[in-house]
Amino acid sequence: MATETGRALDTSAARTEILRRIRAANGGTSDAARAAEQWAAIERDYRRTATRSREEILELLEDRLRDYDANVVRAPEADVPAAVARMLRERGRRKLLIPPGLKAAWLPEGFEFAEDHGGSPAELDRFEGVITGSTVAIALTGSVILQNVAGEGRRAVSLVPDYHLCLVRVEDVVETVPEALDRIKGSATLPTTFFAGPSATADIEMTRIKGVHGPRFLDIILIS
Amino acid sequence: MSSADSVLDPKTSPTFPIAAKTSLRDTQLRKNVRHATEVIQNKRARVVGEMPDWQQLRESGKQIREHAMAHLDYHLEEFERNCTRAGGKVHWARDGEEAKRIVTELVKQHASPENPEVIKIKSMTTEEIHLNIALEAAGIKAYETDLAELIIQLGHDQPSHIVVPALHKNRQQIREIFQREMNLPELGDKPQDLADAARRFLREKFLRVNTAVSGANFLIAETGGVCIVESEGNGRMCLTLPDTLITVAGIDKILPRYQDLEVMLQLLPRSATGERMNPYNSIWTGVHEGDGPRNFHVVLMDNARTSVLADDEGRQTLNCIRCAACQNACPVYRQTGGHAYGSVYAGPIGAILTPQLQQLHHAQTLPYASSLCGACYEVCPVKINIPEVLIHLRNKVVKQKGPLNPEALAMKTVGAIFKSERRFRAAQRLGRVAETPLVGKDGWIGWLPGMLGGWTQVRDLREMPKETFRDWWEKRGKRGN
Repeated sequence: MATETGRALDTSAARTEILRRIRAANGGTSDAARAAEQWAAIERDYRRTATRSREEILELLEDRLRDYDANVVRAPEADVPAAVARMLRERGRRKLLIPPGLKAAWLPEGFEFAEDHGGSPAELDRFEGVITGSTVAIALTGSVILQNVAGEGRRAVSLVPDYHLCLVRVEDVVETVPEALDRIKGSATLPTTFFAGPSATADIEMTRIKGVHGPRFLDIILIS
Repeated sequence: MSSADSVLDPKTSPTFPIAAKTSLRDTQLRKNVRHATEVIQNKRARVVGEMPDWQQLRESGKQIREHAMAHLDYHLEEFERNCTRAGGKVHWARDGEEAKRIVTELVKQHASPENPEVIKIKSMTTEEIHLNIALEAAGIKAYETDLAELIIQLGHDQPSHIVVPALHKNRQQIREIFQREMNLPELGDKPQDLADAARRFLREKFLRVNTAVSGANFLIAETGGVCIVESEGNGRMCLTLPDTLITVAGIDKILPRYQDLEVMLQLLPRSATGERMNPYNSIWTGVHEGDGPRNFHVVLMDNARTSVLADDEGRQTLNCIRCAACQNACPVYRQTGGHAYGSVYAGPIGAILTPQLQQLHHAQTLPYASSLCGACYEVCPVKINIPEVLIHLRNKVVKQKGPLNPEALAMKTVGAIFKSERRFRAAQRLGRVAETPLVGKDGWIGWLPGMLGGWTQVRDLREMPKETFRDWWEKRGKRGN
């Protein structure tokens, strides 16, 4: 059985053949230098920088997120715990999951916060919600980007619980998609999730329905 | 629906004109398809309209994809090297059979031996090779987790659209399927009720099944990363919770560099679902300790893509990023729906991709399933000139039939007639006499005999005028009276 398995999964002959077919089709072999030179020649005349003022960018982000049915509030750093407490009370959530490294100063008294220690999906499912920070937010598309770093955690943490409260610092908000990718290119190989609103589907008669498998409820606090 | 119980396999499907006739009689199907394509088109037009740099993005998108294909060997090796370094395992498959064998073997290695199961993310590539049938034959249960794919799977149906595979079903039809297959006799038909039912049905599977199978939107050569865009979160569940993840990707899915995502992640969601960004994008690279699957496999599949690459005019087909904007815009697709194309790739892109993936051994009628109006080209986010490829493929289909095929012979004859005035006039006289028994009272011909019948199969023909322009011109004399 073991040798049979080994044989079935040795795909080096297929690899050789596919690369041979590609080179025959392309009339030769490519290499790093040629690929790099021609990649650099690709025209990129689309917008790659912001055109709005900082305040306009923040307003655009809020507008886009609300368009996706997320709750958005702004709070200065010192008022974050109060804003978190208000949102959790409104949502009726008490028992929350937090990723390691989430800033303790952001968390209010009177709630139960449990740090993720790599529990099973079923364990994650028992929490009423999760609070995370974020890496970048894109105003033009209303997207927030999470990576596996302190305060944002592994991907399952912001996925399994039904409610996600996400904290976004205003200095992490950019206007365009290229600016956002530019910011995370140094950590490109970390597990990365973009979300734009709560989970949704339009598979039934193209009607947008909120909340399928990801968190059905999303709140955002913009920290200024 | 005729194709409901059969697999969409271009090798065995009826020709497009025959299958389209069946679809055109299904008024419910046409209503559902018309509604859905109209909604998506309007949403797309709105969010594309708000991008002042849309044409520049399209041009860059085109150039990035062309570049990726021109250096495909280098980029695939780069991807393999970087993905392997990050803990992923890369396998290569010359065709669908090899890909299915590899996936089946991997599932057997990793899934629980007494009850092998996998959860799946919607993947047209696995639909292309009918992976689920192979898994089932090997005793492996595959659960589709995308809502539309779940509707298709539970309804024993076939996908009819690349992005919204169940768009041919309305809410009442979906309710019937769920009532029957999930044993929920009381289920309502509000979209929210139906989505909630799917959530409950799949939640337990997400938390329990330890192996997942996905496709890929983009393979990033520079980092060895994979990107998947989705809406529901079922993708994130499959990518994150199981111990083992097997990604099946066509070799055409490669992007040279991470930075190229800045173009594709703008073009794809606006074109596909009319959203500024998908609700979720996931990007991961190999295996990350303590986050997601411990075993990650990528199957890089050719399945005739290299033969498309070898065709100078056809190769732009490989630039496709599967947004389906061309399907929504196509006046033919909007009438027939997807099943008539006899392939999981329907609409204009299907009409050029499917025959090429079949190396023109099958699906030869698909290049004709178009009025060449050009709407597909206009909406394509990477500027694939679909009408140009359609004409190129029509030419190949005719040539393939050899010099003695009816169309080539007819064209040759017409050429000979047009070359001589005498022959041209004689042909006109002959035509007027010959058509007489076929012309209806209204002056239209609805049926032509024999080989000519191909023309009247889908359209009526006006009777020839009683007098030709030349006759009239000669009769009117020198002074014009």
